Amino acid sequence: MNLFRDALAWLLDPAQHTGAGRIAARVLEHLGYTLLALAVAALVAIPLGYLIGHTGRGRQLAVALSGAARALPSLGLLTVLTLAVGIGDAWLAATVVLVVLGIPSVLAGAYAGLEAIDRDVIDAARATGMTEWQVLARVEAPLGLPLLVGGLRSAALQIVATAVLASYVGLGGLGIYIQRGIALRSYDEMLGGALLIVALAVVVDAVLAAAARVARTIAAPARQPAVHTAD
Amino acid sequence: MSWIGANLELIADLAVRHALLCVVPILAGLALALPLGTLAWRVRPLRAAILTVVGLAYTIPSLALFVLLPPLLGISFLSEANVVIAMSIYAVALMTRSVTEGLASVDPSVRQAAVALGYSPWRRFWAVDLPLAGPVLLAGLRVVAVSTVSLVTVGVLVGIRSLGYLFMDGLQRGIPEEIVAGIAATVLIALLFDLALVLVGRVLLPWTRRPSRRAARLRLTARGAA
Repeated sequence: MNLFRDALAWLLDPAQHTGAGRIAARVLEHLGYTLLALAVAALVAIPLGYLIGHTGRGRQLAVALSGAARALPSLGLLTVLTLAVGIGDAWLAATVVLVVLGIPSVLAGAYAGLEAIDRDVIDAARATGMTEWQVLARVEAPLGLPLLVGGLRSAALQIVATAVLASYVGLGGLGIYIQRGIALRSYDEMLGGALLIVALAVVVDAVLAAAARVARTIAAPARQPAVHTAD
Repeated sequence: MSWIGANLELIADLAVRHALLCVVPILAGLALALPLGTLAWRVRPLRAAILTVVGLAYTIPSLALFVLLPPLLGISFLSEANVVIAMSIYAVALMTRSVTEGLASVDPSVRQAAVALGYSPWRRFWAVDLPLAGPVLLAGLRVVAVSTVSLVTVGVLVGIRSLGYLFMDGLQRGIPEEIVAGIAATVLIALLFDLALVLVGRVLLPWTRRPSRRAARLRLTARGAA
């Protein structure tokens, strides 16, 4: 446990909290990559997922592509894309990798959320004269929200975890402490960095878990036994 | 293609190492998650606690886990046990949820029928609950296998050789072919594991085979008639 005491000392050392490479700056870098990738993944996957969920078409293809995407090693994709765009534009490579990583979860959350809705509810909405857009915006989107947020949550978790690799193509983020710690054999730095990464992942997950609770109250303010939230 | 041709032996060697690193975590995931998931499903007060712990374990990014495990377990960073144990933790975390969901998906009336027929709880578990939960378990295990094969590559960053070596070596030397070869070999291994699991599923769960077109049509006709 001595190593962990050293790591704690490293974390509390004022040297880690001043200058350009201070921890807070690395956390912000890490969160920046994460949020950018999550936003792009959401922009791509939510409309696509709603299209699949609303029309009931293309689900098989989405499942097959998501499965294939899972087999792609992120580190391989990151390194080859970095070589392709040049190290100067490595942020682009990293963003593409993180977006590709995030899309399947968001997509699945979007269409599963719509599919889980009782068909009678949607038919009732149509029967009251709602247009397809109104059905989507006023009925399907709110009722599907809990599963969508669940998808965003697992995407965010994967992106935060994988953004650790960004430092290996010169992009900084929290991975840099592990990378440097291993290279210099400074265990305090690499353990301290690992603890920071775990803490950030847990915090991001907790924030989205809270968002999921809010989403559930939006979807089911009073009673909604027909919607099963996969908890 | 010149790099690949000149380095087939290296690729094959790394591919074998890579596949071997994945076998134990996939098997351990199933073996350890079965009792854990069953416990979570059967003992309600424990369910939230168990699922929270495995959820939290799954939250830990892999590179961080590779760094944290050795001092916790007193093993070397470069030991293959490091990657095997880390991957097993993720596998157990994913599979525990699958086991609980699979057991919950079993129709309660089937279970009651087994009780009525005089099955002991132990026999009912192995002969009724577990086979009927099988498809959910298989789906979970396929996810575990594919993500394990892909994640093992990250081990190269703490110095554990796998196909991931080709990524970092290719990056440093600027050989995209080398990285592409590594990606292709990783995907191929993932597909092979997936295929193996599907085949095992066919053998162990014969009733889940997709019905032939003829059988499906007959069933439709029967439903139309009824």
